[in-house]
Amino acid sequence: MVGRRPWEIASEKLIELVIRICGISAVLFVFGIFFFVFREGSDLLFHRFNFKEFFTSIEWYPTSQSHVRYGVLALIAGSASVTALAMAIAVPFGLGAAIFISEFCGPKLKETLKITIELLAAIPSVVWGFIGLTVMNPMIITLFHAPIGLNVLNAGIILALMSVPIIVSIAEDALKAVPDSYREAALALGATRWQVVYRVLLPAAKNGLLAAVLLGVGRAVGETMAVLMATGHAVKIPSSVLDSVRTLTATIAAELGEASMHSDHYQILFIIGVLLFLITFAVNLTADLIVKGIRGK
Amino acid sequence: MNLSPDNPTIMQERPRQARAAAESGPRFGETRLVRKKLWAEAIARSIFLLMALLMILPLLLIVGYLFYQAWPILSWDFLVTNPRNGMRLGGIWSPLLGTIYLVVISLVIATPIGVLAAVYLNEYAADNWFTRIIHLAVVNLAGVPSIVHALFGLGAFVLFAGLGRSIVAASLTLAIMTLPVIIASTKEALASVPLSFREACWCVGATRWQTIRAVVLPNAISGILTGIILQVSRAAGETAPIMFTGAVFFKAIKEGNPFAYGLFDQCMALSMHLFTISTQVPDVPKALPYGIAVVLLATVLLVNILAIVLRVYLRSRKKW
Repeated sequence: MVGRRPWEIASEKLIELVIRICGISAVLFVFGIFFFVFREGSDLLFHRFNFKEFFTSIEWYPTSQSHVRYGVLALIAGSASVTALAMAIAVPFGLGAAIFISEFCGPKLKETLKITIELLAAIPSVVWGFIGLTVMNPMIITLFHAPIGLNVLNAGIILALMSVPIIVSIAEDALKAVPDSYREAALALGATRWQVVYRVLLPAAKNGLLAAVLLGVGRAVGETMAVLMATGHAVKIPSSVLDSVRTLTATIAAELGEASMHSDHYQILFIIGVLLFLITFAVNLTADLIVKGIRGK
Repeated sequence: MNLSPDNPTIMQERPRQARAAAESGPRFGETRLVRKKLWAEAIARSIFLLMALLMILPLLLIVGYLFYQAWPILSWDFLVTNPRNGMRLGGIWSPLLGTIYLVVISLVIATPIGVLAAVYLNEYAADNWFTRIIHLAVVNLAGVPSIVHALFGLGAFVLFAGLGRSIVAASLTLAIMTLPVIIASTKEALASVPLSFREACWCVGATRWQTIRAVVLPNAISGILTGIILQVSRAAGETAPIMFTGAVFFKAIKEGNPFAYGLFDQCMALSMHLFTISTQVPDVPKALPYGIAVVLLATVLLVNILAIVLRVYLRSRKKW
């Protein structure tokens, strides 16, 4: 460091410090989110919390006068049913579209499709919810003669459209990561594109594709506004896709405004928040481990 | 080396020739097995094409339908007048301005942190377990449900930091939520700057930060701008994180004054307004919620298209 003035060295050190702090900010924020959400619900969690009722009861009566019950099983079932239906639609379509974009189309069409997917991903969730409310709702009532169109089917389709973009982009990355030599080897043996896809690419990229599906699940579980508007607000375990349900996320969004500050009801909503945080954390961690697992080798 | 997806590689040319050869009618040695193989190929191809097209269709249908329904109400007056008569009449001035406030302030907070975090990850961080944890944290930050961000904003900014329900608290919540978008795209942009550029700069005696400031950041500006623009679109559309941290159902402000909100005021927001109008308010004129949805959707889509155009334009100017 010959010829540098002391203040130059000092400012270099300072800016490096700032950069380092920003670098670890994401870690701080993730811990912060867990800490602060946990903190608001901790009083109830440590003193008056009934784990058995919370996870096994389907009775969610947070504002009952006589007997308050906080069972979230029906809410979990609501989240699970909507997510499952969304994935049943989004996974085949998302993977199919990713395969088409990655393997079957030329550069021009590829760019167009990718831009479209980017735009599809940009539509705000409240607009999706609005579409569920105004477009899908009457459509489902007419087509299926359902008494109400705000149900698992409605939210499932909306969520499928919302999670397709993430599935497509991650799956396409996974397919792109398969070395070209694999394709060349298969083509040289006389395989068609389709044979290359299902004999070579799908086995080679299966971890990445699995991660794509998991991230889609994470997105669908955590989605709030669209399911709040499209599921129909009935706390029960659905018996068909035309039943109305309520999800964990929608419950927080719908009830937090009404619960009085620091009441048990308010705290239980934060505990549901902790539960949601842990679910999505586990899903994202698994997806990341699956992807990094192959990259490490 | 340009490894981006639009870079036409040999791989995309070769199969096309192979396919053209395969489809030019019966040839010598075409057995039943080969014909079956080519049929399967054609069927698979059209199914995948159909799946890809089925994703474009909803976008076009949705945008078209919303515009069609909203057409009668869209006008300049709609944008610059406050909601009136229990939000059943009037325009969207107050929520529109609120959304602009939230987006701009969250942008001002998130951009420096996000860009510097990406600089750290790409330029300083060693390849070790700690960096791995940071990457994991970024991925998880992006995956945390928006409603959990709302709970965090309420617990941390509104209550703990004592900001109250205000534009600042809501913007901070939005900033943290959208941080991963900026980090991811900035990092990608930094990584695409060739190492030789940095080495040249180091060799003339520049320090690490001087190199970053003078060489790396200017060469990565297109990717960084794309990230910032995408952050805007994300922040403008979010509803759940601002619901309990600063957005209110209704608040009239002075029309025509772009500085009508204070930093510690509560505000209306377009996304929240759409939610309120379509679920909480009875007897709303039919076109009104569509009008709000179209303004929100058009803003978000235009911002995204701007990001795409910018990316394509700057990429075409790239010299390496």
